[in-house]
Amino acid sequence: MSIENTKVQNLISSSTKSSSLWRDAWIRLRANRLAALSLFFFVLVSILTIIGPEIISTSYDEQDLNNTFAAPGSTHLFGTDNLGRDLFARVLHGGRISLAVGFLATAVSLIIGVAYGMTSGYLGGKMDALMMRIVDILYSLPFTIFVILLMVLFGRNFVLLFIAIGAVEWLTMARITRGQTLSLKQAEFIESARALGYSHKRILFRHILPNLIGPVIVYATLTVPAVMLLEAVLSFLGLGVQAPMSSWGSLIKEGSEKMDIAPWLIFFPGLFFSLTLLALNFLGDGLRDALDPKSAKD
Amino acid sequence: MNFLEIKNLKTFFHTRSGTVRAVDDISLTIRKGEIVGIVGESGSGKSVTCHTMLGLLPQPPARIEGGSIHFHGDDLVNLPHSALRAIRGKRISMVFQDPMSCLNPFMTILEQVAEPLIIHDNLSLEEAEKQAIEMMEKVGIRDAEKRARSYPHEFSGGMRQRVMIAMALVTKPDLLLADEPTTALDVTVQARILKILRSLREELDVSVLFITHDLGVVAEIADRIVVMYRGKVVEQGEVKEIFSNPKHPYVKGLLACRPTLDCKYGTLPTVDDFLETIEHENGAIEIREKKNIENTLQKLVETKKNSEKEQSDPLVEVQNLTVRFRSSKGFIGEKTEDVLAVDGIDLTIQKGKTLGLVGESGCGKTSTGRAILHLIRPTSGEILYEGKSLGKLPAENLIEYRKKMQIIFQDPYASLNPRLTIEQTLTEPMQVHNIDNNNSSRRERVVSILEEVGLSSDHLLRYPHEFSGGQRQRICVARALAVEPEFIVCDECVSAMDVSIQAQVLNLLQELQRKRQLTYLFISHDLSVVKFISDDVAVMQAGKIIEFGKASDVYTHPKENYTRDLIDAIPSPYNLVKD
Amino acid sequence: MVKFILVRILQAIPTLFLIATLTFFMTRMAPGGPFDSEKNIPDEIKEKLEAHFGLDKPLHEQFILYINNLLQGDLGPSFKYMGWDVSELIAKAFPVSAQLGILSLCIALLMGLPAGIIAALRKNSSYDYFLMISAMLGICLPTFVLGPLLILIFSSWLGWLPPLGWYSFSDMILPSLTLGLFYAAYIARLTRAGMLETLNQDYIRTARAKGASPIRVVLCHALKGGLLPVVTFLGPAFAGLISGSFIIESIFFIPGLGRFFVTAAFNRDYTMVLGTVLFYACLIIILNLVVDIIQASLDPKSRGR
Repeated sequence: MSIENTKVQNLISSSTKSSSLWRDAWIRLRANRLAALSLFFFVLVSILTIIGPEIISTSYDEQDLNNTFAAPGSTHLFGTDNLGRDLFARVLHGGRISLAVGFLATAVSLIIGVAYGMTSGYLGGKMDALMMRIVDILYSLPFTIFVILLMVLFGRNFVLLFIAIGAVEWLTMARITRGQTLSLKQAEFIESARALGYSHKRILFRHILPNLIGPVIVYATLTVPAVMLLEAVLSFLGLGVQAPMSSWGSLIKEGSEKMDIAPWLIFFPGLFFSLTLLALNFLGDGLRDALDPKSAKD
Repeated sequence: MNFLEIKNLKTFFHTRSGTVRAVDDISLTIRKGEIVGIVGESGSGKSVTCHTMLGLLPQPPARIEGGSIHFHGDDLVNLPHSALRAIRGKRISMVFQDPMSCLNPFMTILEQVAEPLIIHDNLSLEEAEKQAIEMMEKVGIRDAEKRARSYPHEFSGGMRQRVMIAMALVTKPDLLLADEPTTALDVTVQARILKILRSLREELDVSVLFITHDLGVVAEIADRIVVMYRGKVVEQGEVKEIFSNPKHPYVKGLLACRPTLDCKYGTLPTVDDFLETIEHENGAIEIREKKNIENTLQKLVETKKNSEKEQSDPLVEVQNLTVRFRSSKGFIGEKTEDVLAVDGIDLTIQKGKTLGLVGESGCGKTSTGRAILHLIRPTSGEILYEGKSLGKLPAENLIEYRKKMQIIFQDPYASLNPRLTIEQTLTEPMQVHNIDNNNSSRRERVVSILEEVGLSSDHLLRYPHEFSGGQRQRICVARALAVEPEFIVCDECVSAMDVSIQAQVLNLLQELQRKRQLTYLFISHDLSVVKFISDDVAVMQAGKIIEFGKASDVYTHPKENYTRDLIDAIPSPYNLVKD
Repeated sequence: MVKFILVRILQAIPTLFLIATLTFFMTRMAPGGPFDSEKNIPDEIKEKLEAHFGLDKPLHEQFILYINNLLQGDLGPSFKYMGWDVSELIAKAFPVSAQLGILSLCIALLMGLPAGIIAALRKNSSYDYFLMISAMLGICLPTFVLGPLLILIFSSWLGWLPPLGWYSFSDMILPSLTLGLFYAAYIARLTRAGMLETLNQDYIRTARAKGASPIRVVLCHALKGGLLPVVTFLGPAFAGLISGSFIIESIFFIPGLGRFFVTAAFNRDYTMVLGTVLFYACLIIILNLVVDIIQASLDPKSRGR
């Protein structure tokens, strides 16, 4: 059965006259409606949060004390909070912070994780065992607790925040990269590269790294929402960004305190936050299916 | 008495990019107590036929488009699921190809062998286990009682396949479907399994439908043969009849293109020498026999006469090579296991000749090949290339030798970096070794190499996944040639291929050897292929070379019993056609 | 097996020491001290307090003293809750957190496992889509959104359940549901993926070829392999449940260990912070070990070792 399946698979790939694996993956991703919609939504939210605060007339910290707890309407699209600040502006601004933290921390975890995992997997042997043992030990630490501790003790600091989160999230990235590197290292095309006398640098960067990108992208896409969630947890505990700045997490916290009087204060930030996480997760799933057509059949 | 009759069966796969006619209008019958062999290359539809009979195909994408399978008065195609389940495992059982993945790793052997009895015969656990152990003894598992409570991973490949057979036969079925049951096994193990199947057929009076790609195997075991090609049955008949007097051009080609021990050709004929396919506008395919086949074949025979080579100087000498693997689990190394893969061997490979290295899986032949290229570090011993020891060379000088020695692997799918185009794959070695100094001359060289291996410049910008297995292997050969090597290690490089493609690649290797005076170390488990391509042969067992000599001498007068066992185990229609 | 457990316990010792050291110096190097915030305390009393808790000694002496006490099983007195030992506080607060965690995990398993199995068996059906989209929603609706939302609906609007506290069973429903739903969603996804992978294995085809019924195929052949990833996940899940409880405990005003920890951190209650961190670390190490043992007993290949 499996033999026949690969036959069918081969037939598919040979009949579509496409070039690289990347293009194939892109075509598959676009064919996945949920993933395509998620991508569209995510791009939309990104654009809104990046340029939105610059073009709308109200600023996120502008107080209108005559107009506190205004319900959503034409003047204030999402209503206002206890200080009369426009929630729409605050949600857009908060999104900027949340997404920035998400992406920066993911980038930190990506760089550390891929470098560590690739080194460990490529070296192999005793060194690999030692490096993975360290990761195992770090895994068993209550890291969220450390991040909370760090934020409490050293104060709310934007840079510290994403370094701390990135430092937590790199562990899984390292494990994934290391596993992939190990199996790639055994692949016959790497062995033939060695037989052809290619340098370690060339093998690592031209033959192993490009083949790692697929799973790494997938995992990175799934890390962004995880990081945003952690940031939100910190904000919720009052350890996130400083007022009057806001992130989605801190907006949700404020909203939850006043939800009896003004439910929209938790509704809109919560909606944006959840939908963005949803889109990123669906996108990650879609990317995985697109980059690895074998699993897509499930 | 026909107790199974397949009539006009059609099974298609409906995929997004079109319909695959996997089984296209086939008819065949099986009589009581008969062994019928279905032979065909990959994609011929033989496995799909088998799976269709038991309703094991995933639907969709598969769909049975028509036809019937009559078994004891039931039509299996239209039977409701529950009724079909009552037949599966009780009256029709199946044995699959890979006994490792086909046994449940979480259940003991005994649980699995006894399960069909519990499902179908409502036996008590005790009784079922008793019968299961009896059957396991019948298929040749010694100490079945004791070993029955182990898990599959504690058994060897051959033993696992015996377990599969015991599991299939424990309910005393009327029909056994065997889907490539011996393909993953060594020849000697295969011979034993075939023997067991034959004797159990007599004892249990079971009919067998035996599916294989190997004509030799089918000749050993079957009473009748059905040859499938592109989803159709192209010929069926008694074994002797088909081997001595094939009618369909495809069957003729298939029989001729496999190297046998008594192969008379210098260059192997290919299936394409026998037939041409014409695609009509309505999509139908017509297969026609080519004219002047006799002439073509005669020419191929003649190439053999002048192929006897002169004695020449040694190019590669292996002296007392030992490779030991140390596998340690855990960082502190709680347990270390030493595996002695290669145990002090000596070999001499002469310039311009082919040395065949044969042996069964795990005998150390692959480690030998890699150690010669210094892809794995020899534990001790010397590799001399033109008299110079490679082990004493500093790393930067070893690169010089990387240019002279190349390797081609078994799996052409894993041998090419999927992210690089063919042009990138082929120019990279030239860049690394500074062959030609500008890109346009490199491109010219790449094109000429591609043409040499039977591909064209149209393929330059394509990616590996757009090629078939045979084409990919040609690309691997081209990549090896890109550095203009003198010596190539071919590590099981045709083992995963269908015979018709295998013949093409073998011919290509021979042609390249003639043109470029290449020296090969040809590593394979397939004795017939080694006999065909090699000048000298070395037989390896448990890390040692036990026999070494001219190919013709080793095969006709083997000195060691092991060598003789290996040769005798080759399934072949040879004896059958002779008497 | 005994050797395996012993090795793991031995390995835990340096890990715990590392955690203790790290936390100790992190807390001491941070700005502020335990008695800074109370402005009405005169300086001399503050000095006396610091002397009483040994805070006036050089840092390395404090550290040695702490580790010494630790080796005797003494986590020291709390700086803030006068007269209480840290171990007493943990003993008081942890059962609450444990109750919450166990209840949530039960909810997660009871909902997640069946949902995942059904989705895998009815792959690409409307059941599958419905369950998996719900699961994705569950993952993306963070506890601090879900918690207030549930309070809003079930206490403020419907008035069925109390919004906060931890006295009777009805108090426990909302918090454990909030915490459990997220893990239920995660477990459902893992179960589905694991089951699908197992159902694709060749040995499942063998079982079908034997004539086993679909139910038998799932229960006898697929379940063990399919649930292995879920078991593996239980280790991190425990850790997650523990750190997740901070949020739940502060939303629902539950007197659990999580809230004590966060308050302690804000108050610079050094010994309390250190004690809680070490307690959590021990807990996670033990739970991970238990998970590993369960995993090994499920997988015959690793059982032999």
